[in-house]
Amino acid sequence: MTAQTLYDKLWHSHVVHEEADGTVLLYIDRHLVHEVTSPQAFEGLKLAGRPLWRVDSVVSTADHNTPTNDWDKGIQDPISRQQVETLDANIKAFGALAYFPFKDKGQGIVHVMGPEQGATLPGMTVVCGDSHTSTHGAFGALAHGIGTSEVEHVMATQTLVAKKSKNMLVRVDGKLPAGITGKDVALAIIGKIGTAGGTGYAIEFGGEAIRELSMEGRMSLCNMAIEGGARSGLVAVDQKTIDYVKGRPFAPKGEQWDAAVAYWSTLHSDDGAHFDQVVVLDAADIQPQVTWGTSPEMVTDINGRVPDPAQEADPVKKGSIERALAYMGLQAGTPMSEIPVDIVFIGSCTNSRIEDLRDAAAVARGRQKAANVKQVLVVPGSGLVKAQAEQEGLDKVFIEAGFEWREPGCSMCLAMNADRLQPGERCASTSNRNFEGRQGQGGRTHLVSPAMAAAAAVAGHFVDIRSL
Amino acid sequence: MKAFTTLNGLVCPLDRANVDTDAIIPKQFLKSIKRSGFGPNLFDEWRYLDHGEPGMDNSQRPLNPDFVLNFPRYAGAQVLLARENFGCGSSREHAPWALEDQGFRVVIAPSFADIFFNNCYKNGLLPIVQPAEVVDQLFRECEAAEGYTLNVDLPSQTITTPSGQAFAFDITEHRKHCLLGGLDEIGLTLQHADKIKAYEAQRRQSQPWLFA
Repeated sequence: MTAQTLYDKLWHSHVVHEEADGTVLLYIDRHLVHEVTSPQAFEGLKLAGRPLWRVDSVVSTADHNTPTNDWDKGIQDPISRQQVETLDANIKAFGALAYFPFKDKGQGIVHVMGPEQGATLPGMTVVCGDSHTSTHGAFGALAHGIGTSEVEHVMATQTLVAKKSKNMLVRVDGKLPAGITGKDVALAIIGKIGTAGGTGYAIEFGGEAIRELSMEGRMSLCNMAIEGGARSGLVAVDQKTIDYVKGRPFAPKGEQWDAAVAYWSTLHSDDGAHFDQVVVLDAADIQPQVTWGTSPEMVTDINGRVPDPAQEADPVKKGSIERALAYMGLQAGTPMSEIPVDIVFIGSCTNSRIEDLRDAAAVARGRQKAANVKQVLVVPGSGLVKAQAEQEGLDKVFIEAGFEWREPGCSMCLAMNADRLQPGERCASTSNRNFEGRQGQGGRTHLVSPAMAAAAAVAGHFVDIRSL
Repeated sequence: MKAFTTLNGLVCPLDRANVDTDAIIPKQFLKSIKRSGFGPNLFDEWRYLDHGEPGMDNSQRPLNPDFVLNFPRYAGAQVLLARENFGCGSSREHAPWALEDQGFRVVIAPSFADIFFNNCYKNGLLPIVQPAEVVDQLFRECEAAEGYTLNVDLPSQTITTPSGQAFAFDITEHRKHCLLGGLDEIGLTLQHADKIKAYEAQRRQSQPWLFA
């Protein structure tokens, strides 16, 4: 048998049927469902009189619309409340393996909840009506976001109509410098390949620096594969993967565990497997990253400067830089470390796991929010992350530093709930998208790691965490 | 789904790269539990001068006169001409829903983001990839001539300019078949229900831990 990539293995093991033009029916093992992209799909099922094909494939939670404070008051926005209540009613009517509704202790961001419940397992196909489903590829699962029509298709048939992507390997050689996280690696990669560099590809992340990342770091990295254009990011299964999964509520037990581990241990690219494209980075070159523009590829490191559009020859790119600088209110040539921030957001499916909160707390400990910073939001990824952080006393560290310790949810990553930037406000954010208006109309987002966000909060401007 | 066969449509040029789905339809409109009615909020932050929220009477809102969709010459456009990596970011299908609801049936660009590209086909919206030089030419022609239209022919997989210049485009047989017939993809897939059940039975044996 010819050498296969990890993606090839995952793909071929899920093909149910293949047509002459290469279109396949791909079997889906896990379907994560949240309130924003599911109501129209459930309605489609109702109208056609179709049930869920496999109730036990569905794991669901409410995350995008849920408030992060005053939970005793419920959801104030009536339209948000209706969407969350619609999910409650749909799950009740159609069923699910597990549902973590608003205020449940297992509730959280769908891409934090899935792995922590063991609902995401190596070798699975995982889909969700959310582009950051790529996160689950950190477990050697084939995971990607889908639209609502596809959500309905998976609900009704347990399959997706799909075409195979090409294979890309992004290899990060050597050891990462101290303080450099999965987030910095993700941003450095996107800076190199561009926001469309991975379009049409499944990206496997490999090399020593990736193997050394924790599962949380690998999740941050795979989460942002989509910001590099790839619907799926992947990391090969190793002992860290297996250790992380073991003992989680929906992980296999007993004899099945042993059989599963034996299979999972095959989930890596074979020696000599063919990749259509290989990109190599040297870990030692990666510095703390900060975005300056309105696309994640508009990124530099903390010692860099805001670029000058006059230096760009391509007219489309030049126009993009000019528009981005105007929107961001930045002057070409400004050192990144001199840019002051108004708001800091620590959270999102990229960076709201326990390790992220520990990184931020390590910087905040014994320090105070700078006077020019209006608000620092710390939003844990799930109720379980929140409980763990409180057990470790991280909540007190944040509160003593003048940060706000909130309830779990997507929060200011996309500002569907009440947490949002006002026009012109500048935010150091651990989220994944710095698009115009993403965190609130007119808001200005700079993407950074959790430690860099906490450092900006205490310094009042971006600062190299290694200089603190 | 609406079928798509041929169309001779007015072209609206949107000269920006990396147009993301947050720009196509901002998040506050994603709170809807319906599939329709997103058209008036297409490109909301660029299209209006005020901040839009669900439930507003959009006909009373101040339009941004500098945004191309508001130019009188592009009123009623059915073909959107765009730059590379159109539709990047969030997987929200509300983006093609909004484009379709506004009246667009075709988007032409040098490249599209994968999820958006896929979502278009589920909604009778045809995304067409053309080389950057061709897109550049179409931008020039469209901006030079008021009332510029393109003829889009799915059966022959061509787009034709007013001067008669034709460009071929690619589409998979499966997608073409579904669009031409306006077919229910779930219904088509369920014709393979026996294969899905057989696959599942085999998997239940080989990987029982995947089944609760």
